[in-house]
Amino acid sequence: MKIASKAYTALIFLFLYAPIVVLVVFSFNASSTRTMWGGFSLRWYEKLFEDQMLLMALRNTLIIAVVSAAAATALGTLAAIGINAYRGIARKAIMNVTKFPMVNPEIVTGVSMMLLFVFATRLLGGSSLGMVSLIIAHTTFCLPYVVLSIMPKLHQMDPHLYEAAQDLGCPPVRAFFKVVLPEIMPGIVTGLIMAFTLSIDDFVISYFTSGTTQTLPIYIYSMTRKRISPEINALSTVLFGVILLLLLVVNLRKSKDGKEAAAE
Amino acid sequence: MKSKTASYPYLIWMALFIVIPMAMVVFFAFTDQSGAFTLQNISTVGRYSNVFVRSIWLGAIATAISLVLGYPLAYVIAQGTERRQNVMIMLVMLPMWMNFLLRTYAWMTLLEDNGLINNALAALGLGRLHMINTQGAVVLGMIYNYIPYMILPIYSVLTKIDPSIIEAAQDLGADQKRVFLRVVFPMSIPGVISGITMVFVPAVSTFIISKMLGGGSNLLIGDLIDMQFLGSAYNPNLGSAISLVLMVLILICMGIMNQFDDGENEKGGLMI
Amino acid sequence: MKRFKRILASFLCAGLLLAGSVQPSMATGEDAPAPDTGVTINVYNWGEYIANGTDGSMDVNAEFTRRTGIRVNYTTFDTNESLYSKLAGGGASYDVIIPSDYMISKMAREGMLEELNFDNIPNFQYIDEQFRNPEYDPENKYSVPYTWGVVGIFYNKNYVDAEETKSWRVLWDEKYSGKILMFDNPRDTFGIAQKLLGFSFNSEDTDEWDQAASILKQQKPLVQAYVMDQIFDKIAGGDAWLAPYYAGDAAILVEENEDIGFTIPTEEGTNFFVDAMCIPKGATHKAEAEAYINFLCEPEIAAANMDYVGYSTPETAAKELLPEEVQNNEIYYPPQEILDNSEAFVALSDEMNLYLDSLWAEVKMGGPGETATLIAILVFFLLLYIGIVVYKKHKRKMQAA
Repeated sequence: MKIASKAYTALIFLFLYAPIVVLVVFSFNASSTRTMWGGFSLRWYEKLFEDQMLLMALRNTLIIAVVSAAAATALGTLAAIGINAYRGIARKAIMNVTKFPMVNPEIVTGVSMMLLFVFATRLLGGSSLGMVSLIIAHTTFCLPYVVLSIMPKLHQMDPHLYEAAQDLGCPPVRAFFKVVLPEIMPGIVTGLIMAFTLSIDDFVISYFTSGTTQTLPIYIYSMTRKRISPEINALSTVLFGVILLLLLVVNLRKSKDGKEAAAE
Repeated sequence: MKSKTASYPYLIWMALFIVIPMAMVVFFAFTDQSGAFTLQNISTVGRYSNVFVRSIWLGAIATAISLVLGYPLAYVIAQGTERRQNVMIMLVMLPMWMNFLLRTYAWMTLLEDNGLINNALAALGLGRLHMINTQGAVVLGMIYNYIPYMILPIYSVLTKIDPSIIEAAQDLGADQKRVFLRVVFPMSIPGVISGITMVFVPAVSTFIISKMLGGGSNLLIGDLIDMQFLGSAYNPNLGSAISLVLMVLILICMGIMNQFDDGENEKGGLMI
Repeated sequence: MKRFKRILASFLCAGLLLAGSVQPSMATGEDAPAPDTGVTINVYNWGEYIANGTDGSMDVNAEFTRRTGIRVNYTTFDTNESLYSKLAGGGASYDVIIPSDYMISKMAREGMLEELNFDNIPNFQYIDEQFRNPEYDPENKYSVPYTWGVVGIFYNKNYVDAEETKSWRVLWDEKYSGKILMFDNPRDTFGIAQKLLGFSFNSEDTDEWDQAASILKQQKPLVQAYVMDQIFDKIAGGDAWLAPYYAGDAAILVEENEDIGFTIPTEEGTNFFVDAMCIPKGATHKAEAEAYINFLCEPEIAAANMDYVGYSTPETAAKELLPEEVQNNEIYYPPQEILDNSEAFVALSDEMNLYLDSLWAEVKMGGPGETATLIAILVFFLLLYIGIVVYKKHKRKMQAA
């Protein structure tokens, strides 16, 4: 039984990682074919870092992710607090609107926003969709995730805490920062991280709302349509390395915090 | 805490960027190019019913296989020590952090007629298999991209099962099989349901996977919508009509799923 | 690329080229880079359709920026139809686009193109007489030709006999089932079927289009995939053996791979096309866009560019800078009898376009399907939903009782 379950786990992980291993290995391939090995080389990495369009796309992606994650977190935190005050049908309706973008097929969300943005730019006399429409779109699809990661924390919080603070003469705004915010902070941080990663990874909605602006996933898409060069493998490897590094750092910090907490 | 006003900016935002766009889809679906009311678009959607059938069918197969493959893994992971669980879950999630275009592209390299799998098969003296540009390849792409969404919710429900319940069942004389069938599995249903939803919805509406692995002849609803908006047949009115039908279909499916999911109403999908 | 170096040598001092890997910008640039103007133009072109600095070619966009200080945001599309969609409904504003003939006349008809100011494009003088005032732009108000060419068949010599590729029929040959690629755009794909049936590409007779659609549906089981630029990998890698595509791409496929051959089917004739540079209505940097068009028409630039992309140039002055074997190559500069035997696409009427779109969707997706099927699916799910709700209510009532 034990062996069977181990073998099974190994097989599934083989399925999950085989394509990634292939991408990584062939990024060091000297020949430009995708399936034949022609010796070790770093030429695709050199090419990658000389690619101005790619660096531009990366820059756009990061700007959009930072701005929209921040905006979604700010709006979403306020929203969660406000929604928590609603009861009954109103609450149900708001929660449905909140969850709608999460269950609606992404492509439908994408085309619907494109219709609005194109209409609005024509109305306002703007010329093209771009950074602004991308930031609005990303903020919108990140918002539900932020709201839903904060709501449970508010739920768990003792509502009397806030009242007690006010009874003790604390003005409402200060009471919010001193009492409520620390309680829901873990939810806010989770929401922020989620929004940031969702924004970086998004292709479908960006594809419809980007106009002439290129983000990293859009650039990757145009790379996969062309005559394929192993540059794309090099890019995958770099991205995978960065993600791995980030996750390791986050986890090490977590386990360190855990140990410290245990020591206390 | 009476602070409803805090949610106003959010409500205005969602009205502007979720409700109005959806209203525009509905508007486009029922008008022609000049903006006059018409039912032409909606009735034209029927011509593409085989695309809907194909999408639902392939999405359903991908969901079923993901469940069959994913459930045992979630179960195995949930049995481990806490440290082991964390590592394994991290490993399940890690590929998801890579952009799905890159992951799908990697499968192209593997599946081609002269790709790595076929070269390996040929080297072993086994025959070559034609895999790329088939429906099977599309299903494989869906499973690969979405199986973590099946594993994660099942795992999280399994870890929440109180071990004393299992012990109680064992004390009452249930063998392992019975414990699983009568206690563990029924208790994990909410996880299974949310896993099914989280795989089925994106699988049915995907539009790049079928293009990359299906060779442009196994098109799905997503491709059809893309074709009307940014693809080779510009017709946003028809595109909106197809989107509307897809949306209705998905919402009904979500409604069905929700019926199996009692209690926890704020965690799951829409409350319809 | 060996060829490229010879061209550079033909108009530059050869001394600079002793080293094998001289950067083109160094080679051509005697003068210092122009100061940054802060202007970025958006250029929208076909994939694999400009020299980009790889394989020792000139990086054309970088060279433009160096000379003028205007930056280029260069993006690509893969069919005329998707270019049209993006412009019509994608909310994207471009400064330079490069559609093909029939799409230019369609866009001009719909008022989507800006009239060019030829005072800013003095290099138009190099465009050969036969490419001026073309049928798709009779007064030559909107476009400056970029390349031209014909459609032919790429085939793998190990499996396919060159003789067979003289007719489009080979693409319907069951021997090659699963090894055939087709275009992923309606006009090119239907065009092949139309030629095989002996019809004009520009027929306004729905019956002829129906017949073409029906033989394309017959062909579909044999087709491995409907693709555009992915054909390079699939043909070069041996995954597919037969693919109709544009002659210019022989520079990439035939010259780099001795297994690959190219034939222009002479039996039924083929498609002759021109891709030309235009400025869409509402472009934000029209003058800079014209400077870009002018730059691409400069014979040296055009020659260096065409040498990489492989398509044929409409400028004799540029052609003369290309190596002899290219100038005399019948793939790139086919003899007059082949050109006489070919036909250009013309914009169809709106109704015909709409009809073609639905036929094309049918060919690719199968069908047409029945509305009843779709309604049945929706009703089935709806009934399932209602059934479950009613059942649960009933159960609850029973439990309560």
